[in-house]
Amino acid sequence: MSTLPADLSYTSEHEWVQIEGDLATVGITTYAADQLGEVVYVALPAVGDELTAGAVCGEVESHKSVSELFAPLGGVVSEVNASLEGEPELAGSDPFGSGWLFRVQVHEPDLGHLLSAEDYQAQVDALS
Amino acid sequence: MTDPTVPSAPLLRTPLHDLHVAAGATMVPFAGWSMPVKYTSDVAEHVAVRTTAGLFDISHMGQLSVEGPDAAAFLDHALAGRMSALAPLQSKYTMMLAPSGGIVDDLIVTNTHTPEAAASRDPAAPTAYLVVANAGNRDAVLAALIERTTTAERTFDVVVTDTHRALIAVQGPRAQAILEGLAAAGRLTLDASSGATLADLRYYRSAPGAFDGETITLSRTGYTGEDGFEISVAPERAVELWEAISAVGAPHGLVLAGLASRDTLRLEAGMPLYGHELSLDTLPAQAGLGRVVVTAKDDFVGREAILAGPPADAPVLVGIALTGRRAGRADYPVVLPDGGDGALERVGTVTSGVLSPTLGHPIAMAYVAPHLAEIGTALAVDVRGTAVPGEVVALPFYRRAKES
Repeated sequence: MSTLPADLSYTSEHEWVQIEGDLATVGITTYAADQLGEVVYVALPAVGDELTAGAVCGEVESHKSVSELFAPLGGVVSEVNASLEGEPELAGSDPFGSGWLFRVQVHEPDLGHLLSAEDYQAQVDALS
Repeated sequence: MTDPTVPSAPLLRTPLHDLHVAAGATMVPFAGWSMPVKYTSDVAEHVAVRTTAGLFDISHMGQLSVEGPDAAAFLDHALAGRMSALAPLQSKYTMMLAPSGGIVDDLIVTNTHTPEAAASRDPAAPTAYLVVANAGNRDAVLAALIERTTTAERTFDVVVTDTHRALIAVQGPRAQAILEGLAAAGRLTLDASSGATLADLRYYRSAPGAFDGETITLSRTGYTGEDGFEISVAPERAVELWEAISAVGAPHGLVLAGLASRDTLRLEAGMPLYGHELSLDTLPAQAGLGRVVVTAKDDFVGREAILAGPPADAPVLVGIALTGRRAGRADYPVVLPDGGDGALERVGTVTSGVLSPTLGHPIAMAYVAPHLAEIGTALAVDVRGTAVPGEVVALPFYRRAKES
């Protein structure tokens, strides 16, 4: 069982969030990557898009399935990982590193609904 | 009949179930069975079958035995093809049709009686056929076969049973070398009576043989578009056979392969999958499989409907190659290319689709209106609101290079 970075927050939709000031970086977790298999296409929001917490904001497609991305926090997209356009597989092969998805300038960092690494791990364990 | 308060039956397990779990397979429910969908990566397993070899457990498929003096005549009545024309140890792709002409299942039928029995030319000599049915239709095919043994005019003297044997497929360019390795180790033999060696066993022919002394049937058949074999073995010997092939195959690059790669391999090879391209509502001609039905024989189930044919405007199956990386998947609408106004006009439905690992672009099989079925017709697939452009291409999408 891989160890989850303890300094990140997580969502029940298998995304991770790294908060630095009012910037939140978002990616998918190893569990999500394993479930998807090789990622072949990533649809990301555009820079400047207004995101609503909990709303669908993109999708990750593998050979076998398509998963929607949900905005973990409300805010304005400030940056997207452009390398995913040419190398979408990074989202699955290095989900906590070069496969990050997008950054959001958060309006009001309400982190109450996000999960700690420990709580998220418990949720994943319950799935297997 | 069904009592909703009774929980659904537990998933069936093949004799190899515990090996799959031990190998780290992701197990999924499939047609009532717990089956390995992948062991490591579905794409890596796909590539291995195209380049070296893959080992598949397909024991969920039904292996039904039809035996008795009337077996050939019975199958000519019960199925779409002319099974009585099969030479000893020859296999044929065929279908079971409903009286409506719709497809109950697609099948591989093998004439399992040996050349000696055929040579005796005794019309009373018992004949035997093996009917391989899809897992999801196994019980329906068995029941329909039994029901069709009696017609208003006659009762066929046959016995229909489910053999409950295991079925293991070795597929890929190294498949023959791997089984030759097993033979060289003294564990696999083909009966001399069949006259075949692994090297000269032809496509859609089978040979009786033995694995560690246990009777097996080895057929040069498959569902991947590659060379390969399917081996029918008693369930209690399936584990040893699986482990022996794994061990001998490893130096050849053999990998364990799950249902996900089996699906993408067959799709590249343009092979239909029941429940996707084929159904009770589909006539064989719509699926491009009219040749499977032999209308020149005497009465058979579905004959009148087949002769009447589908309506002229009934949708027909086509292959579509798409651009980009996003696959048009089962049930996605086929639409006319986006004229620029964003309005998508639906003209069909995708039945199977994936980003082809071999070709690098998305491929799909779809039913479309017949006037749009011509090769080269520009079509698109509505991928969650976006019309992904493509065109009708000939099936199969992938054809392996023949050896010299």
